[in-house]
Amino acid sequence: MTVAPRGLRTIEAGRAARRTLAERPELVLLGLLVALFVATNLYGSGQITGGQVTTTLLTAAPLAILAAGQTLVMITAGIDLSVATTATAAAYVMSERSSQGDAQAVIVGLALGLVIGLVNGVGVGIFRVNALIMTLGMSGVTLGGLDVYAESTNAPPAVPSAIHSLGTNTVLGGYVPVSLFLWLPLAVVIVLGLRSSGFGRMIYAVGDNPVACRLAGIRVWQVQVAVYTLCGLLAALAGILLAGVNNAADLGLANDLLLPAIAAVVIGGTSIFGGTGGYVGTALGALILTVLDNLLTLANASQAVRQIIYGAIILLLAWIYARVSESS
Amino acid sequence: MSTAPKDTRAVGSAAAGTGAAAALPPPGAPSLVHRLGRYVRRQAWVTGAWVLLALILILGVATHPTGFSSFDVQTLVLGSAPLAFAAMAQSVVVISGGIDLSVGAAISVFNVASARLMETASFPQAIGISFALMVGGLLLGSMNGILVVVTRVPDIVVTLATSFVLSGIALLILGSPGGGAPLEYGNLVLGSVGTDWVPEGLVVIAAVLVLVWLPLRLSRPGLALYAIGSNRSAAFLSGVRVARTRVLSYAMAGFFAALGGLALTATTANGNPVAGSIYTLQSFAAVVLGGVLLSGGRGGLVGPVVAAFVLTQITSQLSYWQVEPNWAQVIQGAIVVGVVLIGGMAILLRGRRR
Repeated sequence: MTVAPRGLRTIEAGRAARRTLAERPELVLLGLLVALFVATNLYGSGQITGGQVTTTLLTAAPLAILAAGQTLVMITAGIDLSVATTATAAAYVMSERSSQGDAQAVIVGLALGLVIGLVNGVGVGIFRVNALIMTLGMSGVTLGGLDVYAESTNAPPAVPSAIHSLGTNTVLGGYVPVSLFLWLPLAVVIVLGLRSSGFGRMIYAVGDNPVACRLAGIRVWQVQVAVYTLCGLLAALAGILLAGVNNAADLGLANDLLLPAIAAVVIGGTSIFGGTGGYVGTALGALILTVLDNLLTLANASQAVRQIIYGAIILLLAWIYARVSESS
Repeated sequence: MSTAPKDTRAVGSAAAGTGAAAALPPPGAPSLVHRLGRYVRRQAWVTGAWVLLALILILGVATHPTGFSSFDVQTLVLGSAPLAFAAMAQSVVVISGGIDLSVGAAISVFNVASARLMETASFPQAIGISFALMVGGLLLGSMNGILVVVTRVPDIVVTLATSFVLSGIALLILGSPGGGAPLEYGNLVLGSVGTDWVPEGLVVIAAVLVLVWLPLRLSRPGLALYAIGSNRSAAFLSGVRVARTRVLSYAMAGFFAALGGLALTATTANGNPVAGSIYTLQSFAAVVLGGVLLSGGRGGLVGPVVAAFVLTQITSQLSYWQVEPNWAQVIQGAIVVGVVLIGGMAILLRGRRR
């Protein structure tokens, strides 16, 4: 702001607000989250308790982890439309295999996510397939494969009790959900990793300008393969956690979470063109969507109304971000 | 592929020589043979789609368990009609350099809207409703386009958001599968013209291509669609109204999506609020298989329509071989990825050659 023509204060204030939004979208999102949370709980029960915070954190954890992988992919200017089916597949396979030991079941589930992510990464990074198509196709393959698998097994899926308690239990006087001990370290690693590690910087660089990256000696395809693989792994983790929260795994477990996962990333301020954004915004976005979902449930909104409001909010926030980033 | 006049005639080549050649006269009029050769070279992918369709039909005739009959042709056209329109919708947007994730949801909306309105309607009324809904499709699509242009939000995000909204609207119109259509309306697709081997659905699809797409493609706005998909800045600098053209592309997508929804109503005599959702992915598969470049500016609508037939016939073929439907889904997904993989490599090679 080098020149202040005629010192118009309102314009100054508007610019300052815009700049705050552009540089620290997390603050605005946090304010939105708190306001929405207070409104929801006052509307629902007329009071605000610590237990409501705990419940929100418990329900938001799977979505937040699912959106974590999506964030990484979208920072590289890609998109992964297979996260929801990967999560479902991992959770279902894990539940089917729980009779062979919990640890083995979880490992198999995670490995499945890793493999799906790797295939996506190879397609996008090495064969240069459009990310949208590659991941949509993989999601179709996963869904069909899962149906085949479900028909070939006859044991009913059972969620391991350890996973169930991971998804629902709380400690320290019932206020701290156990899943926070999974989610929080993961969030810290992702946030710090993106901010400070060489690989994290490369993810941003690849999203911002892949050509410049290649010329600078970065192997863009390696970054892409790594990011999609990570995304698959995180999606599997989210699916397993969701199975724990619901204490059940069926063939449609996480399929409704695809659009919320993308919405959380977009609300969090990560551009679909890549190069900007981060996980703090995404986590806040996931929490906002969870609270919003509670509010709509309390208001007895039908699935139809819910989807319309979801769509409108994504569009509105994306529009605000677009305007802010244009002016700055 | 000849290299000499390629760049200077990028826009003209997209319109395959016909009307665009008049607008952009080539240096030295080429002979007919030369033109034909050029057409085959430029339309190699579409020719490939035709060959693929022929091969899979031959395979169907050869391996059909009870003998390939006109009934199979009718099933094919019946199954392909909604997808063919979905593919047209996606193609128009992709050609102009955009993407539309709301095609499937829009098809659902028009499917349930028509099924609900036509449930007690007579045949002439149903036809009137169809035309009203086509106009509705144009308006709905324009809304998408205007949102993309005005908000400057990436088209993926805008159409993703509108796909939420539209699937919500579809659920509001019809909470669960229901509704209906007059019997004669279904016959628009089910009936046959002359022999049993030419289903009316095929005629309808061809009529849409000839009466709607062809005039558009030969007109200035149609050329502008290719121009903004090929190189948006260059098109802008050449005086093409980019914003208006983008809105046009989405409006046409909405129109074709409305036709897709109507086709779904005609073929199933039913409205289902989630019936359209599968067509988003499948439309991409058809677009890519049909020779439309995902980066925009190249391709047409005939290729994707042929590809829609190929994709539908693959499913039937798998059922001839008694492949389990779940496996069929895996195979279809793999085919989509495989096709895009090959397409991606073709683009890569072309990019290297430039």
